[in-house]
Order: sequence, then C-alpha cells, then structure tokens
Amino acid sequence: MEAIAQQFFDLEIMAKALPLVLRGLGMTLLICAVVIPLGFLGGLAAALGSVSRLRMLRYASIAFVDLFRALPPLVLLIFLYAGLPFAGLRLSPFTAVAIGFFLNNSAYFAEILRAGLLSVPKGQTEAARSTGMGAGQTLLHVTLPQAVRNVLPDLMSNGVEIVKLTSLASVVSLGEMLHAAGLVRSLTYNASPLVLAAGLYLALLWPVIRVIARFERRIAT
Amino acid sequence: MEAFLDTFLNARVLARYAPDILAGALVTVLLSLLIVVCGVALGTVLACLRSYRMRPLSALIVVYADVFRALPPLVLILLIFFGLPNVGVVLSASAVLFAVLTLVLGAFAEEIVWAGITATPRGQWEAARSTGLGYTQALAFVVLPQAVRMVIPPLTNRAIAITKMTALGMVIGVPDILGQATTAQSFSANASPLTLAALAYVALFLPFVVASRWLEARFAVPGR
Repeated sequence: MEAIAQQFFDLEIMAKALPLVLRGLGMTLLICAVVIPLGFLGGLAAALGSVSRLRMLRYASIAFVDLFRALPPLVLLIFLYAGLPFAGLRLSPFTAVAIGFFLNNSAYFAEILRAGLLSVPKGQTEAARSTGMGAGQTLLHVTLPQAVRNVLPDLMSNGVEIVKLTSLASVVSLGEMLHAAGLVRSLTYNASPLVLAAGLYLALLWPVIRVIARFERRIAT
Repeated sequence: MEAFLDTFLNARVLARYAPDILAGALVTVLLSLLIVVCGVALGTVLACLRSYRMRPLSALIVVYADVFRALPPLVLILLIFFGLPNVGVVLSASAVLFAVLTLVLGAFAEEIVWAGITATPRGQWEAARSTGLGYTQALAFVVLPQAVRMVIPPLTNRAIAITKMTALGMVIGVPDILGQATTAQSFSANASPLTLAALAYVALFLPFVVASRWLEARFAVPGR
C-alpha cells in the first residue's frame, strides 16, 4: 500500500514537477487554440463539399473524410515528422502536429457538421433564398447556425477528443503536458508526475463532459 | 518522381520489411478484435447494471465512465506501463495496451448503450412487465435489443476510433504495425516502411469506416 502511495502519489515529486507540467499545459492549450478552429473550418469545407450538388466534389470530400478517419493520427503524425525529412522536408514538431491534427480533426468535424447540415429542413434554405439572400448569406445566417445548434453536443465531444489527442504530440517531443510529465517521470523513476498530468486533464475535461451530458439530456427530452 | 518513389515506395526496402509489417498487422488485428469484444461487453454489462438504479453502484459506474472518457489513453498507457512495475506488477506492453483500450472503450460503450436504454420508450418496459416478464427479463429480451439496435452506428464509430489507437502501443514497444514500421524505418534509413504502415492501416480500417457510413443510413430511426 505504501509502495503504491510512494510510486503514484509522491507529493514532493509532484510539487517539483508542477512548474514544468504547467508550462506543458500552456503548450497543450496553445495546440488546441490552433488546431480546433483550423479543424472546424477544414471540417466545414469538407462538410459543404459532401452535401454539394457537384458529384465530383461530393466524392472527393467523402474520400478525404473516410481516409483520415481510417488513418490513426499517430501514424499520420510520425509520417509527417519522421518520414518527410527523407524527402528533404523537415517540419518542426509544432508544424507536424498542427498539420497532422488539422487533417485528422477536419475529417471528424466534417462528419459531424455534415449531419448538422442535413438536419436543417430544406424549407429553411428556400425561405432564406426567396427573401433575396445569396447562397453565402443563407449559409452564414440561416443554415449554419441551426446546423451547429443541432449537433452542438457532438461538436463539444469532438473538442474534448482533440484536447486528449494533443497528448500524442509528446511522441514527437513537443513539450506539451504529457511530454513534460513523462520527462520528470524518467528523471525520478516515479509515476507521480503522470498522475499529476492525469489530474490536470481530468480537471480540464471533466466539467466539459458533464456539460455535454446535460445538453444531451435536454435535447433528448 | 524517381527520388520520391525511392524514398517513400522503395521496392527493395518494402520487400525486405513487408513480412515484419505483416506480422505487425496480425498483432494489430488480434488486439483490435479482443478490445472490441471485451470493451463492448464491459460497457453493455455496466449499462445494464446502471439501469437497476442502485445508487452507490450507479454512481461508481458514472465516475468510471467519466474518468476514462476524460483521460487521454496515452496518459493511462504510460502511467500503467511505467508505474506498475515499481510496485511489483509486471505486465507486457501488449497487455497494458489491451487493458487500457478495453477500459476506455468500455467507458464509451457504457455511455452509448445507456443512452439507448433511456431512449427506449417507457411503454416497452410497461408492456414487457405486464406480460409477466421480470425486470431482468424485460431488460434482456425487450429493452436491450431495441437499445442496441438504436446505438449501433455511434458504437461502431467509437469502436473504430479506439481500435485505431492500438497504434499508440508503438510508444511502449508493442510490435504492432506502427511499432514494426518505425523500427524498420530506423534500420533502413528510408521512409517506405512508414508508407507501407499507413497503407496497411487504411486497408484495415477503411472498410469499417465505409461500413459505418452504410450502417448509419441502414439503422437510422425514422423521424429522428
């Protein structure tokens, strides 16, 4: 019992690890701030493509989405970070993470937004267009707000998944939270820094998960 | 173009390392199957237990599901892989990967199946009970089959997302597709093994992604 406490809950080691882990948390949040908006926009473009009337565009969008839903993000990340240098293209860890997660997240956001766009009745578009709005205005002011509202819980869960996904950046030694905690672990041979990081992930994401659950209940009833 | 092929699809390197990556594919497939079967079973059992609405038990299930949905799987993998040996429990890398991903899928599956159970109309419960079925019988023979049918599309999507995470095993040395490919890449000083790995993952998972699209249309509940 004492061995477990010492190995996983050593407060002294946690206190020493805290500044580094918090700096890592800053990097985690920075990655999210870059990747979530980019992924949303990429996903929106792919979603619009997948409901387009142009058959080629529709097929291309669905192929993009399915490809990046089939490819594990870590494989993509390692390909970008460790594979491309062989062709003379050396990406910094941050760029590799940003590009890899952008492609991966776009696919997931696209699937969700596509469902949202399809859930808006056709009459909404027709009514908007008949009032003289252009296609762009209709999308921005009428279709998209309703689509987003209808799939808000799914969009938020995807946000949670992205925050969790940033932990993969530790594999290409980008100093985000897990990387920082892993570093202290390897120096101290003690798992407490990882428990600290887990605690911070939990503090960050548990409230969001509870909010999503509440949203889902409200929509269900 | 030739330089590109030489770097990313080098025939000599591919031929040399294809058997390794094939062996890795076997590991990935076996682990994925085990994780899906055990994870979905775990989630379904927990969702059923939760439907009995015994306070302390339900609370425990909710806490488990929340924690394993909030924590990044890679954190759990490192925590268990590096933490447990120091307290005398030594698990192989594959066993750690299996345990973590099964627990994570179990947490998501519990939430998804539970959503299906609560979405089943009350009348189904009442009708089942009024024909003389007990609570457990009504759950097992009337409610659960309908609930599972409703949640097959989200469950499939989640199962795909989590089995893809077997690639994380590379970090702790599981000889799966990605593990084999990164080893081969560093020995051969060539990116072709990574290309082959990416192709192998797409070949393995794309059919399921396409099938999930079909399932979603097939199992769509009319009017929802």
